[in-house]
Amino acid sequence: MVIGIRKPHESAEGHVTGKAIYTDEQRILAGMLSLYPVTAPHAKARILNIDLAAALAVEGCVTLLNAADVPGHNNTGVIVADEMLFPTEEVSHWGQAVVWAVGTTEAAARKAAEKVLVEYEPLEPVLTVAAAIATQSFHTRTQTIRRGDPAAALHQTDHRLSGELAVNPQDHFYLETQTSWVIPDGEGHYQVYSSTQHPSETQTIVAEVLGISRNQVVVTCPRMGGAFGGKESQANPYAAVAAIAAHKTGCPVRVKLNREHDMTLTGKRHGFLGRYDVGFTQDGKITALDAHLYADGGWSLDLSPPVLSRAMLHIDNAYYIPHLEVRGDIVRTNKVSNTAFRGFGGPQGMLVIEEVMDRIARTLNLPPELVRERNFYHGTGDTNTTHYGQELFDNRLMRVWEEVQAKAHFDARKEEIAQFNQTSTYKKRGLAITPVKFGISFNKVCYNQAGALLLIYADGSIQLNHGGTEMGQGLHTKMLQVAAQTLGVDLQRFRMMHTSTDKVPNTSATAASSGSDLNGQAVKDACETLKARLAPVAARLLGYDAPEDIVFEGDQVFCRTYPAARVAFEQVVEEAYNSRISLSATGYYRTPNLSWDPVAGKGRPFYYFAYGAAVSEVEVDGLTGTFKLRQVDIVHDVGESINPLVDRGQVEGAFVQGMGWLTMEELVWDETGRLRTFAPSTYKIPTVSEIPERFEVHLLERAAQDGVIYGSKAVGEPPFMLAMSVREAIRAAVAAFGQGGEVCLSTPATPEAILAAVEAVQALPLSRGGGQVIPQTAVFKPLE
Amino acid sequence: MVEQPLTISINGQTADLTAVSPITTLLHYLHQSGRTGTKEGCGDGDCGACTVAVLCSTADGTAQYQAMNSCLIPIGSVANREIITVEGLADEHLHPVQAAMVQTGGSQCGYCTPGFIMSLFAAYYGGKVDDTAVEGNLCRCTGYLPIRKAAALVTQKIAETKPCDRFTEKLAAADPALEPLQYLGHPEQFYRPAQLSEVLDLLHQHPNAKLIAGGTDLGLEISHQRQTFPVLISLEGVTDLKQIHRSETAVEIGAAVPLSQIQTELRGVFPSLDEMLFWFAACQVRNRATLGGNIGTASPIGDLPPVLLSLDAVLNLVGSQGTRRLPLVDFFKGYRQTDLQPGELIRSITVPTTLTPDAVRRDNQSYKIGKRGTDDISIVAAAFTVDLDNADRILHGRLAYGGVAAIPARAIAAEAFLLGKPWTIETVRQVKPLLQQAFTPLTDLRGSAHYRSKLVVNLFEKFFVDMSEGGDRNGHRHP
Repeated sequence: MVIGIRKPHESAEGHVTGKAIYTDEQRILAGMLSLYPVTAPHAKARILNIDLAAALAVEGCVTLLNAADVPGHNNTGVIVADEMLFPTEEVSHWGQAVVWAVGTTEAAARKAAEKVLVEYEPLEPVLTVAAAIATQSFHTRTQTIRRGDPAAALHQTDHRLSGELAVNPQDHFYLETQTSWVIPDGEGHYQVYSSTQHPSETQTIVAEVLGISRNQVVVTCPRMGGAFGGKESQANPYAAVAAIAAHKTGCPVRVKLNREHDMTLTGKRHGFLGRYDVGFTQDGKITALDAHLYADGGWSLDLSPPVLSRAMLHIDNAYYIPHLEVRGDIVRTNKVSNTAFRGFGGPQGMLVIEEVMDRIARTLNLPPELVRERNFYHGTGDTNTTHYGQELFDNRLMRVWEEVQAKAHFDARKEEIAQFNQTSTYKKRGLAITPVKFGISFNKVCYNQAGALLLIYADGSIQLNHGGTEMGQGLHTKMLQVAAQTLGVDLQRFRMMHTSTDKVPNTSATAASSGSDLNGQAVKDACETLKARLAPVAARLLGYDAPEDIVFEGDQVFCRTYPAARVAFEQVVEEAYNSRISLSATGYYRTPNLSWDPVAGKGRPFYYFAYGAAVSEVEVDGLTGTFKLRQVDIVHDVGESINPLVDRGQVEGAFVQGMGWLTMEELVWDETGRLRTFAPSTYKIPTVSEIPERFEVHLLERAAQDGVIYGSKAVGEPPFMLAMSVREAIRAAVAAFGQGGEVCLSTPATPEAILAAVEAVQALPLSRGGGQVIPQTAVFKPLE
Repeated sequence: MVEQPLTISINGQTADLTAVSPITTLLHYLHQSGRTGTKEGCGDGDCGACTVAVLCSTADGTAQYQAMNSCLIPIGSVANREIITVEGLADEHLHPVQAAMVQTGGSQCGYCTPGFIMSLFAAYYGGKVDDTAVEGNLCRCTGYLPIRKAAALVTQKIAETKPCDRFTEKLAAADPALEPLQYLGHPEQFYRPAQLSEVLDLLHQHPNAKLIAGGTDLGLEISHQRQTFPVLISLEGVTDLKQIHRSETAVEIGAAVPLSQIQTELRGVFPSLDEMLFWFAACQVRNRATLGGNIGTASPIGDLPPVLLSLDAVLNLVGSQGTRRLPLVDFFKGYRQTDLQPGELIRSITVPTTLTPDAVRRDNQSYKIGKRGTDDISIVAAAFTVDLDNADRILHGRLAYGGVAAIPARAIAAEAFLLGKPWTIETVRQVKPLLQQAFTPLTDLRGSAHYRSKLVVNLFEKFFVDMSEGGDRNGHRHP
């Protein structure tokens, strides 16, 4: 079996020796040119004049690119065409590229870019969600999903709370910044190498800006140095601008953003504002929720509509809410255009309901874990059905919840922590558990398809192509395992090919955690096709006439009924070639039984759900607001793992990325709309030292998922939201500095935010017991 | 100075540098010469993706591999030196640190991996492979657990058998002493003299020259091509600036001693220095950064000035006019302004080790608060010293802060108030109003003025609590 083994990443040796090639680490081509952007020093301004004369005189400057150089559409919008590649009249965010300089070297392009004179007339920008709401600056009309009658239910409820939560944005901080190469062949065709999660869309955009058909453009993604959603749509403009440069000059062109440009030009996880009004019973059960989510779309729409949809579809997280209305708006601000990022809106929606859960618990003076559990989806029918009408047919919430509590010794540690907090004045500990339920499938139904191409050569070696891209998540490794398992051959036979649009066309983005679900089935399909062609050949070689009994296993082929007689796989291949049997095949898959009615807000948008639960323990210093994450225990449901090494890596990495989002990654824009945190010196992602000494990840056992490739489940995004346990643990520790009552903690929970929360609970009077409502507003920090 | 050929040795291959500008960064040079294994993640020395190992000399003159950020190193600084990059580790087999990273799943996207490999490589031959070795390497994929496991595997391997391979052979045979160097023939000139007098002469000849030691600050300007540097004078080869002298009453630290060397040689002498060095950037930076540089840049958020202020450090300055001693407290004149005169440089820093007369005990500690505990720029840094008599009365107090004013500064009124008071929580409470008024900090992207003001007060209380609990004297991780 090669399914279920801890096979290291297929490129691991390339990674550790530096031999693994990324787009901009390929051998530089003769005559290759480089690009450098001229960026706008205003968040919103009218472009009055662009003077290129001085720039053109710079030694090594080949040309400068602006809108006049675009042969096709000057637009890279992916859902609607609202994203000018070269703005002609107005700039819409600080740092927007207005002109691109083309130089014989990057240094020359940079010098030229610095000499471009652009005159602007500054205009009043919209920089915050609040300002956008106040000025009615929206990208789209309000979306609504409703179950029951929340307005009526809120009137009849025992207890009611309302408030708002500002959810912070997050930079992807993939280590490899955006990069593309475009090589024109002189016959009107373009070979593009791009660090893109969506080669087919990059191909589409390049074809559109060049005004040519898609078959003239091949986009290849060798591998990415991290992406996390940040290269789903955001890779396109850089491929497009390089294509225009290649078109204009006839030379190969490269572009690689430096870190500052990457952070100031590209979109981020959407900041959200969530407003809610919740009703609940004396025992903490939610009766009704009315919520309004505002997503900060930034200057253009990008992928904001499906991000908002996913937030609205995950505002329930793991909880049954009998009456629920959630409305969503995308606000337009003069900031970068926010985009896909691991979780894709799910984290923002779920953070709101987890905030609500904690408020209910502290208002009623109940343990937060008890309130969470009491609200879980359960049973069958309505109580196990989401607000958009999809039943959780294989609800594993209680399994992961109980298992992680047992493994973490939750009850005993809670008791120990209470004792520690009794005697410790300046430091308090907190323990919290939070659940995750995450829907798997693209919201856009047509994206739920995939293709593969398998080429067997006459010597028995094999090339495997599929539509998914490798960004570190181990997709290629899993696909090799699927192919080797299905064909019953050694992994060594395969060469995994770079993802390329001339091998598998019309692919979907490698996103939504769906990479191995979709491509795995397509790879399996291609393998099955070829096995079906090879089986009669093998039967003939073995002297049988029942191809249906032929087994491919252990790099050999034999008949089920007489396994002693075997032929080698390459012998079968050679014989097939000689017998004129085709040795290449495509594979294809589409996810069955999906439906979604966006108007009604109802349907079955997800093929299934992934589940997990995490217990985190922290210690907070009440004098400084600093905290230490002491221990983390996770039970996560990845189905029957194709590769536990890869899957654990996804769970651990996602958790730490989520922890960074919620505790330290603070993006700060100043009053002019300029991003002030545009480098790792000012934007802090976790280091090894922030990782707890005790960090136990358990994959849920006996968890095979019906109808998914080899019983596995999607794993890329769901564990990201397990990090909410850290925020809740901090809140529990902060609470221990007070005498009861609510804990107002803003995100990210930086030392400053935690100290403010500590001071707030210390200032609260003694808890007044159940039912009292303390108004709470955790508002996004003013931009400084 | 002797004319020498300009070369660099990379993975044992010697290349001629004559055609390369001395302020080309090592990373850029590696890429230009087709060695793309070493990656650029930021160009700021903050992500570690560009980490390489440089053969260096230790205080006792033996050779060692040190991890450094190649994005911050002008190639002049490593001319005629030996570099190991990620491409140079494996022969027919993977190097043990590479094999461990493969085995544990330590790479996902692989882009940060070469940097981790080189940090682990340097640590492998340094004999200590732990979190500290890789705290200057950012990974966005793995969450670090498998990398920590790889480090544990390597540690286990070292415990079983001491490394003995072509890299240890190279160390044994190496003479890593830095020869003087003149790197000329380009619009930018780079000098690496051996004598302090030569530095002074060069400064006299080139009044616009910039001094460079480790280049962890200046390297940012070079990396991002924000400035050109017609003349750079490296202090790395000046033996006189690279000594640490200890006497009965004081420690004198040469201005160009790398912080990692101070960390090793002075461990246990000043608790506040130990603690702050632990939190100072990451090992790639500590291997390059110097005490003179951290003082000379006069940043209000430098980590070490508050420590040195709390210890009444004195600067030994040298210039064409001769030498002078200047208490550090008088050195900082304004935002990024110092008392340093043209042609003058910091030669060494003297830190007294003696207590105030009649004192029997000293409490000394430092604190650094950032958004992230590790490898961050401080929101507020603080260092405190109190000398106590046998009745626990305060005979001497120094309360020094960074990040709360235009310069690193002491809370003078609070210090005065403490004199003669008992070292109790009551005294701490009484001094709080004075601390609250001591500074008027600013709000910036790292923290608000309000938070900084809170920290000025609370960190002193924390100091008292930590000292009275006795737990934190030897440095430990927050909180």
